Amino acid sequence: MATTTSKLEGIHLPRTAARSSPAVAALVAGARAIVPVLFALLPFGLAFGATAAGSGFSPVEALGMSVIVAAGAAQLAAVQLISAGASVAIVVLTVLVINLRFMLYSASLAPHFGSLPLGWKGLLSYHLTDQAYAATITRFEEGETRGPDRRWYFLGTGLAIWTTWQAATMTGVFLGAWISEGWSLDFVLPLVFIALAVPAVKDRTTGAAALTAGVAAVFAAALPLNLGLIGAALVGVLGGLAMEALTGRKKK
Amino acid sequence: MSTQTLWLTILGAGVVTFALRLSFIALLGRVEVPPFLERALRFVPAAVLTAVVVPLLLFENGAPGISLGNERLLAGLVAVLICWRTRSVPLTLVGGMATLWMLQAVAFGA
Repeated sequence: MATTTSKLEGIHLPRTAARSSPAVAALVAGARAIVPVLFALLPFGLAFGATAAGSGFSPVEALGMSVIVAAGAAQLAAVQLISAGASVAIVVLTVLVINLRFMLYSASLAPHFGSLPLGWKGLLSYHLTDQAYAATITRFEEGETRGPDRRWYFLGTGLAIWTTWQAATMTGVFLGAWISEGWSLDFVLPLVFIALAVPAVKDRTTGAAALTAGVAAVFAAALPLNLGLIGAALVGVLGGLAMEALTGRKKK
Repeated sequence: MSTQTLWLTILGAGVVTFALRLSFIALLGRVEVPPFLERALRFVPAAVLTAVVVPLLLFENGAPGISLGNERLLAGLVAVLICWRTRSVPLTLVGGMATLWMLQAVAFGA
């Protein structure tokens, strides 16, 4: 009997191990690689939770937003707009504009996830954030994480970010009154955007896009309904295209 | 905003955000991006992110505050410098917050 059992185990175990172990390893590796970034995410989540609570959001509403939207910068902007009395359409439109960059990430990751079943595509897309993208794309493009492991690696990264984000939101909501005002934690919002914007300026053309958008934002800020952001962003894209056309002509 | 409207807003924001994330991952192989759009999309991150940052740093209570007294502008510029040199998100956040706190302490003491 004993030999039969061990034989069965001998047949059974390696097979499950072979199937699950690289997946688990990739999941853990992804989560582990993102740990340093999580420390930057904490104050950001705290700031969101505290701002939401300060703007009259209930804990469920604040957490609901963190689960449903799961995009920090857009969430903070949305809360500030909502408390300023903006309409549904303006808030959603602003979120759309702020999160347009996810489309770029999506395009960039598509070759790596393109062959997955739709369920996986949906799951990984939900976890697509600035941090997850930044932490995985270089690895994927350099082939450090191989095909079937990529989904698990990305999911590990995403789950670590997700858990941190929800926990930080909740903590921020409950510490809200205690954190707020004096610490100027809302300043984390521009800081996070700076940390995202600076690496986005890679060359003269993207620099021109940033510069024109920044200048336009100053003049467009007076526009009602937060249209200034959309207008300035469009001006910036045109600025980038113009610089591209100019430098392209110079090369010839 | 009523509770119902608030949830509608959150849901709308969530749907829009998820659609953007899923867009190309779901469409790959079925739709090709027009080259012009691809070129324009390349400028979106730099343009949008800067357009978000500048007003946050510049405007105090709705009025432009381009002066040495604008602590947020100064701390923001320091953060830009830190980020540019180090490319580190944690250092940018810590450096920016620390600068703001120091400037506020100085302003409070003065």
